[in-house]
Amino acid sequence: MGEAIVITSGKGGVGKTTTTANVGTSLALLGKKVCLIDTDIGLRNLDVVMGLENRIVYDVVDVVQERCRVKQALVRDKRFDCLHLLPASQTSDKSAVTPEGIQRIVAELKQDYDYILIDCPAGIEQGYKNAIAGADKAVVITTPEKSSVRDADRIIGLLEKEEGMESPHLIINRIRTHMVKSGDMLDINDIVEVLAIDLLGIVADDDEVIKSSHHGEPVAFQPNTKASISYRNIARRILGESVPLMSLEEDKGMMAKVKKFFGIKS
Amino acid sequence: MNNKKQAITIKGTKDGLTFIIDETSSLELIMKELETKLSSKVVDQDQPMVKVNIDLGNRYLSNEMKEELLEIVRNKQNLVINEITSNVLTKEEAQEWYEELEISTITRIVRAGQKLHVKGDLLLIGDVNPGGSVSATGNVYILGRLNGIAHAGIDGNQEAIIAAAYMNPTQLRISGFLSRSPDFETEGLFMECAYVDQKTEQILIDRLQTLTTIRPGLGSIERRMING
Repeated sequence: MGEAIVITSGKGGVGKTTTTANVGTSLALLGKKVCLIDTDIGLRNLDVVMGLENRIVYDVVDVVQERCRVKQALVRDKRFDCLHLLPASQTSDKSAVTPEGIQRIVAELKQDYDYILIDCPAGIEQGYKNAIAGADKAVVITTPEKSSVRDADRIIGLLEKEEGMESPHLIINRIRTHMVKSGDMLDINDIVEVLAIDLLGIVADDDEVIKSSHHGEPVAFQPNTKASISYRNIARRILGESVPLMSLEEDKGMMAKVKKFFGIKS
Repeated sequence: MNNKKQAITIKGTKDGLTFIIDETSSLELIMKELETKLSSKVVDQDQPMVKVNIDLGNRYLSNEMKEELLEIVRNKQNLVINEITSNVLTKEEAQEWYEELEISTITRIVRAGQKLHVKGDLLLIGDVNPGGSVSATGNVYILGRLNGIAHAGIDGNQEAIIAAAYMNPTQLRISGFLSRSPDFETEGLFMECAYVDQKTEQILIDRLQTLTTIRPGLGSIERRMING
């Protein structure tokens, strides 16, 4: 019996889809059977980020409206056999699926997969309600910006009201170390203090993330960029390992020594 | 009329006049007697306004009946109603009064977009995040960080205060008064309280310790009975 995790944020553009793709890839790298579900119906991009757009035949709307079986709509990843994607539809809108429909799909997929990651659309309307319907756990993504933290706070408030949902976990994405240092961005501690939920991981703002999603290849595949290490650490924490937070300092501190030891250039 | 028991006894006190209404007489009789008594020129037209207290004894009057009674008195130019007192409360009123007196202790985080309202005083053990708001008809005490909006004395109690372990609100409201945070970024302060200063008619923020002098009776039952 697998576990369904919804990845949500409230605000758009903070990296839900990128996180879903990369955490999913990292879990697959660790040998888990993973299924990604894109619930951003009408504005799908998870398939693009994964580089699987050309393989789509059926989508989640077809499954909900029973035009095909779940297995038929799943797209297998080109790199892993154990990673699958259930793409969103590009033509319908959010009202084409119901929370019950998603719940049914997730329940069915849980039989076959270890982890089901649900990519939630921005906002707190129908699309959000669809996405969280089948989830056992939630991961809230925020960036160190005030507006994004505010929306994350709102989402956490809504998630806490959901029955049968565990307390959500937090990922702070797109941290720019120099801006945090100069006080132009929120500090990690400040964010965790306000939101008061467990921190699952931090991800630095890295050009590699944009580059790799441009090429349809999640950054988590790369062995040694900061972002890919962060995503893999998050995956390991989801599996229950305790991994210390990565230092984002760019000076010759502890990390540089560690990297030097492993022969990693930074 | 003199040898009969009077339905209304008028007494002069230093606070003005007190009309003591006999509890056994019928309301009709009282109204009639009030009319006649007041028309027989109790007060001189040239005198300043006289405050009137009405003591109902063990009689209960509904709001409509009270209004009728007030109407008769108000028609006399020199009389102002100060207060109507009665020894009797309805169950609902008593319930409401009790709620007003209570301190509701709540443990949670009030997050963005959430609202928390209580009757009486609020003791929140937890934070009010930016975008969240708490309100109470009485005082607001926050054992945590106040980063959002707090509204004390929402039904008009200007004596109400807001106290917080960490005070960095976006807005403070007490009764009808409002103050907001400055437009520049501020660090919050620890152990602060906000109250309405009657002289300047503004919300002031000060150290918690000053409450002993500003609101000495805060939290005592007597003070709360009066406000209730």
